[in-house]
Amino acid sequence: MLTRRTLGLSTAAFALTVGLSGAAMAQKTVIEFWHGLPQPLGGQLEQVVKGYNDSQDKVQVNASFKGSYPETMQAAIAAFRAGNAPHVVQMFEVGTATMMAAGPAIKPVHQLMAETGAALDPKAYIPAVAGYYATKDGKMMALPFNSSTSIMFYNKDLFAKAGLDPNKAPATWPELVAATKALKAAGVACPFTTAWPTWVQFEQLGAIHDTPFATQSNGFGGLNAELKINAPLYVKHIQMLVDLQKDGQFKYGGRDNKADGLFPSGECAIIQGSSGLRGRIVKEATFAWGAAPLPHWPDQIKGEPKNGIIGGAAFWVMTSPKRTPAEYKAVSEFFTYLAKPEIDSKWHMDTGYVPVTFKGVEMAKASGFYDKNPGADVPAAQLTRTPTTENTMGLRLGNLPEIRNIIQEELEKAFQGQVTVQQALDSAVQRGNVVLRNFERANKN
Amino acid sequence: MQRRVIFDNKLLPYLLLAPQVAVTLIFFIWPASQAVWQSVHIQDAFGLRSEFVWFENFTAILSDPNYVGTLRITAVFSLSVAVLSMAVALLLAALADAKIKGAAVYKTLLIWPYALAPAVAAVLWMFIFNPEIGSLGRLLNAMGYNWDYRLNGDQALTMVILAASWKQVSYNFIFFLAGLQAIPRSVLEAANIDGAGPVRRFWTITFPLLSPTTFFLLVVDMVYAFCETFGTIHALTHGGPGKATETLIFRVYQDGVVNNDLGASSAQSVLLMVILIVLTTIQFRFVERKVHYS
Repeated sequence: MLTRRTLGLSTAAFALTVGLSGAAMAQKTVIEFWHGLPQPLGGQLEQVVKGYNDSQDKVQVNASFKGSYPETMQAAIAAFRAGNAPHVVQMFEVGTATMMAAGPAIKPVHQLMAETGAALDPKAYIPAVAGYYATKDGKMMALPFNSSTSIMFYNKDLFAKAGLDPNKAPATWPELVAATKALKAAGVACPFTTAWPTWVQFEQLGAIHDTPFATQSNGFGGLNAELKINAPLYVKHIQMLVDLQKDGQFKYGGRDNKADGLFPSGECAIIQGSSGLRGRIVKEATFAWGAAPLPHWPDQIKGEPKNGIIGGAAFWVMTSPKRTPAEYKAVSEFFTYLAKPEIDSKWHMDTGYVPVTFKGVEMAKASGFYDKNPGADVPAAQLTRTPTTENTMGLRLGNLPEIRNIIQEELEKAFQGQVTVQQALDSAVQRGNVVLRNFERANKN
Repeated sequence: MQRRVIFDNKLLPYLLLAPQVAVTLIFFIWPASQAVWQSVHIQDAFGLRSEFVWFENFTAILSDPNYVGTLRITAVFSLSVAVLSMAVALLLAALADAKIKGAAVYKTLLIWPYALAPAVAAVLWMFIFNPEIGSLGRLLNAMGYNWDYRLNGDQALTMVILAASWKQVSYNFIFFLAGLQAIPRSVLEAANIDGAGPVRRFWTITFPLLSPTTFFLLVVDMVYAFCETFGTIHALTHGGPGKATETLIFRVYQDGVVNNDLGASSAQSVLLMVILIVLTTIQFRFVERKVHYS
């Protein structure tokens, strides 16, 4: 039986326990950090966090895996709505506009650093990285960490079999089309495929050719941006893919990163995908392979091909009614640690993500990493080869994940031959603009 | 006359009811009313700004040609799943009902798939149908049939129908088997003596006597196909290619969870709720009266 006396006793005992653990906690500031990297990358990220925890005794950062990037985003939003947001959350690059529009839900990193007296120099970062996560006047809203870009991998053995020069990757799209023809003639069932169809064949294509993906400087100029992906460059490019697919020179491997596995298995001779695919290729491929920048259309370009844009994720600081200044201070110290060039270059060399700071690139170079791993410098080279323009800073579009899916759906309709390429892209623009208008409306006041 | 049970304590009946009422309120009424509230608002992802918009979310959804397409696909998908899973289950139940050696083993094995989570089942199907790594997918391609559900909408829809039906066969099987065993042997024996063959016996006696079970399963299977096949579709096709396998429930998830558009997603949930209420009403009005549980 639960008498009044035992009830009172147990309440006291409970209060005591809570009080004790509270006292133990007071010695260290605890920071909750949610991330969306599955293994093995998640483990490597947790090692970085452990490195920080071991480096000092004031702050304890608890890293927890919350599922894929979209799931992590959803978890963070739900937690915020419940007044219980984590201190730091890793958010994929396409969630940037949503986070920036979140107003009081986030604390911009430049503001956090200013308030806590820490320094974070946007100029230390590669412009294509810093620009993606900064306001139009160059203030950093998030801490860039794991960035990738898309490049091309090709199977040197199959190139040799098809009579192509294994040491010379196709630099332009006409060259690539010719290569796929030769590969097909040599009996290769899948000459060419692409992962991340929207990111690689639309977003990167636009940046490299200095062509807008959307108005308002790809959305950097305001919420009233409209898609421009039915412009001639995109129509020509997708028409080429559809034609290649009909002739068996291109294989559609599915949405997002579904096509990733087609290259390391040796089935497809060329893949365009994330630079982060490198790790898997190193581990799984049983053939000679090379890495190269994405090709360009010589007749669609003024001057040199421009820098590509990034993918990957950045770290955002979230607010909560319960936050104390000490916690913000701890977050800023954690970020200062993460921004060190030695952390950056080690992360790059361990994982295949690109270095995000100029010093990180130099340190990787100085360590002889690129001599031992030919082609590992391609992503950073492609990201930094030209100064950024308003078309190569990245995208700042609300609900971009939804727009990416719409484009993939319309692309699939064009590949199936249900609609022409022009119809598919017109429909993608029209549907995508509805998404943008809804986002504008929900976020304007 | 109705018999009345008299409780001495006025409080006790309410107390006994309280847990059930609490569960219903917390887990059914509260979320459902939240959905209704959300469906008449436009809100940003973080819930910071909210605008009351009357039925704008509903008109936007219903005037979206893609939503009409999704409705059509859901109807095709749900009917196919219901019919296919019931036909196969009935055939298997009729066979297992016969006097054969090891009937208990067959029965047990046939019930197994029901214990599998939809996502796990879907992964198993992927190992069969994937054009590169799936056994059947590779065989089809090797035979010169161009099998690729990532780009062929009809193939994708066929595949998710097969995967979703397979899962439900077990459930239907149990009910059909019970239904078959409840049919009086004497009726069947009389027909046998009159010279009716097994096929004729099935169509003139067994099938009509099974009809309450069949109708009950039709409703249950439709609800299953509407709501519980999300995991299968999510794991296999993600609603693609294009929108070829996007059902109502998948779109609710897509708009609400992936696209953070709670207004549109809630409006669809409310519509889905209405559809299911209609289906359930049919079940209560017609089925409860006819089904005889023995």
